[in-house]
Amino acid sequence: MPRIKVKRTSTVTDMTAMCDVASLLLTFFILTATARQPEPLAVSTPSSTYEFKVPAENNAILTIGQGKVFFEVAGIKVRARTLELMGEQYGVKFTPDEIKRFSVISTFGVPFASLKGFIAMSGTDRMKPGVQRGIPTDSTDNQLNSWVLQARTATKEVNNQDMRVSIKGDAKEEYPVVKKIIDVLQKQSVNKFLLVTNAEAKKN
Amino acid sequence: MAELNTGGKKSTPRVDMTPMVDLMFLLVTFFILTTSISTPQAMDIAKPDKNEKLPENRLELKASKTMTILLGKKDKVAWYMGVAGTSAPTIESVSAVGDAIVKNRKTADASGVPGDFVVLVKPTSGSTFQNFVDMMDELEILKVKVRQIDDDNILDNEKQAMKEQGIL
Repeated sequence: MPRIKVKRTSTVTDMTAMCDVASLLLTFFILTATARQPEPLAVSTPSSTYEFKVPAENNAILTIGQGKVFFEVAGIKVRARTLELMGEQYGVKFTPDEIKRFSVISTFGVPFASLKGFIAMSGTDRMKPGVQRGIPTDSTDNQLNSWVLQARTATKEVNNQDMRVSIKGDAKEEYPVVKKIIDVLQKQSVNKFLLVTNAEAKKN
Repeated sequence: MAELNTGGKKSTPRVDMTPMVDLMFLLVTFFILTTSISTPQAMDIAKPDKNEKLPENRLELKASKTMTILLGKKDKVAWYMGVAGTSAPTIESVSAVGDAIVKNRKTADASGVPGDFVVLVKPTSGSTFQNFVDMMDELEILKVKVRQIDDDNILDNEKQAMKEQGIL
């Protein structure tokens, strides 16, 4: 009987194809990932075991830290409409260009009077310390109340859905500061909130 | 002098792609993980309506089934069962109050009084946002169904008891 010759194949495989696939995936993920917006007010949120994702739409986020409050409403169209409504309420006219610029600003914390100047600033200037000093919440000039109210109206108009309010508080923040903000919301009969937290592993 | 071997076998222009593939997949994994994790979690809470004109906003609580937890300074809480002032509040740290809740719920359930076991959380001016979130989280973990947040009606005898313990 003739002996069967076992052909030895080399173990080196061509990695080029695999490399192509990997880079394709990589490009896809980089492009689809939403870039993280720079936050003007850095807060470290407390952790909890709740598993409920912060909604990406129909949501307003109030960031509370260092005794200041910053505001953000989700959705470019909703933001534009919110600004229009705010302009109507305070009797300020915004140009279409200003509205367009405003609709891409995520979190901000400036009094309404200096909003026009703030919109005109460049992105890096906005992040400079001292520029954003928080939205006034005094009982005489409660602009946060107006922002939330107009954002709710705008969300209802644009998406025909109710807006949720999320509170993103700093873990070290004293409770009275948070209470003050919650009281503002409760005046509008917003009694349900989402508290933004970090995910924490469940015990037991 | 040594001569350069130029006339010998020509080496194939093949490059080993393995490290590059490794790197690519590492980056892919990184992007997958960061995009899904970056959405923060949220805690769903409801506060009692402030409109006092509506009679249905008033809730009757049973003394034997109500535990009040006051959040104070230095990550401490003061808790008591039933009506304020009848028994001295127990001072504990936020992380340890879970055991007390479990114990009180057992006693309340064994008492035979109809109704749910209620936990009343009262964050005071000394507490931090972290304390509040921890407390609500603890109640969620322990599946305390009826929980109320009350930060407006901190009673005088509650304040007094907390001041004596130095946590207000």
